[in-house]
Amino acid sequence: MNSPGAEAVVEQRSTSATPRPRRIGDPDSLLGRIVRPVGMAAFFLTAWGLAVRWSGSDLFPTPGNVASGIVELIQKGLLLKYIVASVFRVSWGFTLAVALGVPLGLVLGWYSRAFQAFNPFIQILRPISPIAWIPVAILWFGVSDAAPIFLIFLASVFPITVATIAAVQNMQLVYLRAAQNFGLSTSELFRQVILRACLPQIITGIRIALGVAWLVVVAAEMIAVNSGLGYLIIDARNAGKRYDLVVAGMVMIGLIGLVLDLLVRQLEKFDEVRWGYIGRRK
Amino acid sequence: MRFPGKRAGDEIAVLENVNADVSRGEFVCIVGPSGCGKSTLLNIVAGFLKATSGEVTVEGQPVQHPDPRRIFVFQENGVFPWLNVHENVGFGLRRETHNERQHIIARYIDMVGLGGFEAAYPHELSGGMRQRVEIARALAANPDIIYMDEPFGALDFLTRLKMRTDLVRIWQSEKKTILFVTHDIEEAVQLADRILVMTARPATVQDVVDIDLPRPRHLDSAGYLEKRDRIFQLMGMSLRVGETAVA
Repeated sequence: MNSPGAEAVVEQRSTSATPRPRRIGDPDSLLGRIVRPVGMAAFFLTAWGLAVRWSGSDLFPTPGNVASGIVELIQKGLLLKYIVASVFRVSWGFTLAVALGVPLGLVLGWYSRAFQAFNPFIQILRPISPIAWIPVAILWFGVSDAAPIFLIFLASVFPITVATIAAVQNMQLVYLRAAQNFGLSTSELFRQVILRACLPQIITGIRIALGVAWLVVVAAEMIAVNSGLGYLIIDARNAGKRYDLVVAGMVMIGLIGLVLDLLVRQLEKFDEVRWGYIGRRK
Repeated sequence: MRFPGKRAGDEIAVLENVNADVSRGEFVCIVGPSGCGKSTLLNIVAGFLKATSGEVTVEGQPVQHPDPRRIFVFQENGVFPWLNVHENVGFGLRRETHNERQHIIARYIDMVGLGGFEAAYPHELSGGMRQRVEIARALAANPDIIYMDEPFGALDFLTRLKMRTDLVRIWQSEKKTILFVTHDIEEAVQLADRILVMTARPATVQDVVDIDLPRPRHLDSAGYLEKRDRIFQLMGMSLRVGETAVA
């Protein structure tokens, strides 16, 4: 039996398995992944602090002010409470968006008549900013968690649906033909072929939508709720011009957004979807 | 199997009056110039496309749509990238019991020389290996007929030679009917029992050449060269590289 060893080109599974010599300054080394961003952050914080001092502003906080603001929130037990509240609302709104958006996108992407019927509707709703929906949200849901959840849902559902539709419409015909050749029923086709072939793009859509959802949380929490990071920012400014807490809230939003994105990116590492992200950078 | 007179395509007549018969267990190649419609023909025969007129019958039954008894091997990207080699090869075996499945999959993975790569994913394999996976997947489903649409077209020269050898060996042991489309005349003469030589678009069967040479075929034998030259001539190709086509 001839072994294909001579022609085997098995690509590197991960950069840690690469046999090539590691130089200092390599993008994948510890230096690259940690020292460079941290170095950049340190530089940025220094520049920020100096800029505030030089401008003589008595409102805009220095990094030190922000840090002590964060400590204050922790001491009052508010930081964790606000983070949990925001994450809770985003989770609900985002999960509902995925639960509706992915199946809807699959159906609309596959059945062209449904697409023709629904797509104009989607394209009209999509550009309406969630902020514009605030009065309607209050009208429908009153003053409760449901209103910001609704807004976050709205912000997320469109990127997810549109990405899923695009994934299905741009699917390689070869996969469909091969699957039909083996006699799959329509439901088997959807579950085993269409969904799996589109999953990398769907995850990309989810990643973008999560970013949007988290971004909208500030606007969503402007509606008379009394917890959450968005609420913190609005309230800190209104109640006492506590810009140190305003920026502290912004910093927390940014950091959590980063963590959420990193979590979603972990999804890209599964074998079932890794093939969809093969490009220049492994 | 027969596919009497068909046309395909609306504004452009791709195929015109194609008539042919294929017998069980035969290895038949279809050669023709690029764009002549040979792939279209194969897709119609496999049931992926509908001919505007005429019909395809297999063992007397008309072909309406693709069927697991007639598996199609694509030129590239036919294997599913979200499944590893083992799962791809087993794709047509959903109705079998678990033990039977494992047994069949192992057998065909070995047969195409991919032992040891069961857990690998297609994007980790070379083009030749991916085609082997597709062939193993087709064989594992135990079809009556295998349609191959330029399956080695995306591979380099040396790999192609190797794949042809392996394909002939497998065909001789599995005894499937194979309908193989290629633009490579030499490939057709190396592989086929009979060759359907197509004209340019709108394509029809210009001639049918019997290759009654014993296997393994010798690339230097007089018989091989004679058949190859005959087809070159039929297709208006000159044997002198650099000379313009013979009228």
